[in-house]
Amino acid sequence: MGDFNWNWQLDGWIILTAVICALACSLVGNFLVLRRMSMLGDAITHAVLPGLAVAFVVTESRSSFPMFVGAAVVGLCTAFFTEWIRKSGRVDEGASLGVVFTTLFALGLVLIVHWIDRVDLDANCVLYGSIELTPLEQVNILGIRMPRAFLILSAVLGLNTIVITLFYKELKLASFDSVLASSVGFSPATIHYVLMTLVAITAVASFESVGSVLVVAMMIVPPATAFLLTRRLFQMLVVSALIAAFSGILGHLSAIAVPSWFGFRSTSTAGMMAVAAGSLFTLAAVFAPHDGIAIRLWHQILLGLNILADDIVALLYRVEEKQGRKEAESRWIREVLLCNRLAFIAVKRWLLFRGELRSNANQISLTERGHHRAQNLVRSHRLWEQYLLDEVGLDPSRIHPQAEKMEHYTDRDLREKLHQAIDNPDIDPHGSPIPVELSKRPKK
Amino acid sequence: MIASSGNSLSLPEFVQHTTHLLASIGLSSWEQAYRLLSFQDHNTRVVLLGTAMFGCAAGIVGVFTLLRKRALMGDAISHATLPGIAISFLIATHFGWNEKSLPLLLAGATITGVLGVLAILVVRNSTKIKEDTALGIVLSVFFGAGIALLGIIQQMPLGHAAGLESFIFGKTASMISSDTVLISVASLLCLSFCLFFFKELKLLCFDETFAGSRGYPTTTLDLMLMGSVVVISIVGLQAVGLIMVVALLVIPAAAARFWTDKLGSMTAISACIGTLSGICGSALSAIYPRLPSGAMIVLFCAGCFTVSLAVGSRRGLIIRSIRRMRMNRSIAGQHFLRTMFELTEGQEASLEQQEISIEKLNFARTWNPRELSDTIRRATNAEWITRIGSQIRLTKKGRIEAERLTREHRLWELFLIHHADFAPSRVDREADHIEHVLEPEIVAELEALLSENQKTIPQSPHLLAHHVAEDEMQTRQHAEPTHSSRNRE
Repeated sequence: MGDFNWNWQLDGWIILTAVICALACSLVGNFLVLRRMSMLGDAITHAVLPGLAVAFVVTESRSSFPMFVGAAVVGLCTAFFTEWIRKSGRVDEGASLGVVFTTLFALGLVLIVHWIDRVDLDANCVLYGSIELTPLEQVNILGIRMPRAFLILSAVLGLNTIVITLFYKELKLASFDSVLASSVGFSPATIHYVLMTLVAITAVASFESVGSVLVVAMMIVPPATAFLLTRRLFQMLVVSALIAAFSGILGHLSAIAVPSWFGFRSTSTAGMMAVAAGSLFTLAAVFAPHDGIAIRLWHQILLGLNILADDIVALLYRVEEKQGRKEAESRWIREVLLCNRLAFIAVKRWLLFRGELRSNANQISLTERGHHRAQNLVRSHRLWEQYLLDEVGLDPSRIHPQAEKMEHYTDRDLREKLHQAIDNPDIDPHGSPIPVELSKRPKK
Repeated sequence: MIASSGNSLSLPEFVQHTTHLLASIGLSSWEQAYRLLSFQDHNTRVVLLGTAMFGCAAGIVGVFTLLRKRALMGDAISHATLPGIAISFLIATHFGWNEKSLPLLLAGATITGVLGVLAILVVRNSTKIKEDTALGIVLSVFFGAGIALLGIIQQMPLGHAAGLESFIFGKTASMISSDTVLISVASLLCLSFCLFFFKELKLLCFDETFAGSRGYPTTTLDLMLMGSVVVISIVGLQAVGLIMVVALLVIPAAAARFWTDKLGSMTAISACIGTLSGICGSALSAIYPRLPSGAMIVLFCAGCFTVSLAVGSRRGLIIRSIRRMRMNRSIAGQHFLRTMFELTEGQEASLEQQEISIEKLNFARTWNPRELSDTIRRATNAEWITRIGSQIRLTKKGRIEAERLTREHRLWELFLIHHADFAPSRVDREADHIEHVLEPEIVAELEALLSENQKTIPQSPHLLAHHVAEDEMQTRQHAEPTHSSRNRE
């Protein structure tokens, strides 16, 4: 690790500002994600440019309050125009958003170039943000010197928390079922614009420090991660706040640490915050407890192996039934079932361990326990074949593959019902006997 | 420790740079306009051709992304190209190659752009995250990574990232012949893809499942479409800048949608708007050098969109409100005739001999006086009624029409009662909604269903509104005897 420069006075404030900003953004972001308006944050931060320009032209100063108001008003206009074009022009939501924010951005560019050529409105600052520079501009509050950005973002976070607490029930209802919301008397339009106001204020307050695209990262990525991990709105809010705070801390630390491994000084904290949040999202998408990609894959593999085990015991049963041989060669079984060598070995071991299979050199045979499992399986298969032929009216050539699928999911009750439904036959459509139900499972 | 952004080119500087280049084209704006229009200037020709080609291709590709409800895909993709540009810059510096070689940077941009598309598709298909959130995640995380890499590049001894800025803001005015060739090749590529696979893309846009069932490789087609968005985004990035790419991919297509319901003509219109915006935007910016061309292209596009939104011939606001007004008028006229019929029904004198007062009509339905008098005026013009003072009488033509309408209304009511199990008190309103759109075939079918009412007008299955109104009037008259009732005494 190279030189790791750390300075509490600077880095402490940077991390605090980053965390507060991430919290403020992710809090409103939860509702954007739930209401499928994720791209609105992106649109608003791009569209504020004309607001900044007009505020500057009107007040002829770079003082931040008029700029803030101008930007927030244009942000709200973006939401309003998008909604209006979507509704009255019947344009798809994404498209109307695209139309509005690109137009406003272009308008802002023209205004800036045309009227305020000389002003230092740094477009890089809008895009990339400068959270590293926030500790340099400090204000004195209650005897503590703190960065101005920290103060503003804390106020915005407070506002967001208060509004969301006050309108929690309304926001929840409008996000999940806006028809119900309007039928019980909340106006979804009002709730929509309250939320949009919050988004606009948060975006404008944040993009100075983390940059416009990173506002989107903080608004969307932590809530999306929380969405994967939780199933209740309140839990989602809490988890997304934790993730947001964590990606703020992780972002700044990695902005300092990672480049130093390659011999550079440090890089953009805002950029690394987005990368950190993205990494956390990837982790959640892969390892989420309920429907993570890894968990689902694991379940799929287990299911596949279980079916293979079923197939092995059923094959041994049929060999015994047709040829009278109790034993069969492992290799032969593997070739008949066309299965993967590794999977076969794993399943064989598992069946031996469970006492359903017995092995003697290369030969394997069913134990009593295995015989029980196999007999019920074959019974399911043949009952299904008869049922599909009689009751469903499937073509005889197509009953086998269907029964092959169903046999793995058929339990005792269902077998009983099938048996009754097809008038208790003794043989299946192919002429093989349907074995009787074995009730008691033999001990190991 | 602190990444400085001091090295980067600020916006006014960038624009001044552009302006300077543009100012070198001509002397005064008129002279310039003349030179521009006569294509005398090589530089102008290059810029105009480049932006026109780009606008056309983006307009066509945009139609398909719009119809697949992926209008903002271009936004995500063009942001996702930034890390690729930065990485290839770093690689080139590391191996000592020319770090600003265009093919290398574009290759890097393409790789991360494609990765971005794949990431969106993976997130959308294998998690419960919705498409818009997937777009936002990919857009912001990839761009964040790009910014982090740029932060490193800025510290490199010989590497100053200024050249990379043009990929974000565009450098339309300083386009050179090789850029135009690149844009033209890429645009032609996307254009021929869209036109060659027009039928397949059409099916993909309107009924993906059906396309799959007919054996079209929908996934491959989808990926190829996304691929052409990537190509458009990448060549567009340096031609018009990031935001302008998004604009040209979305706005022409959205504007074209107002004019037509046919995919072929929508594509043509969108291509025209894209081309026109490219030409006019860069021409305006060439005449008035202070206007940045990328922004002018977008604003011209937005102008086209606004015009289309207002006067578009299929879905424009004006045409839709006219259609709605006509519909309302025809419905009001039909209601009027049916009310006339119901008021004169069941009395000995034939319909054409009875006179009805406007006051009575006013009570029979809930309509405001203005609406009623407008409807009466239009009915008089259509020769459905004749008007004598405040009395109204149906003409022969009006009577036939009124009988037909009432019959349809009641047939529908009977159908609802007998076959759809509606309560008699509710059928009137339901029938009110549907009677105006009943076609002759449906009426014939209804007649067959309700064969007992073959040729006559069936009786109304419920109490008519004007009976209720008459009852009300009578009770009022009993309560306070009026002049006329006293006379009768």
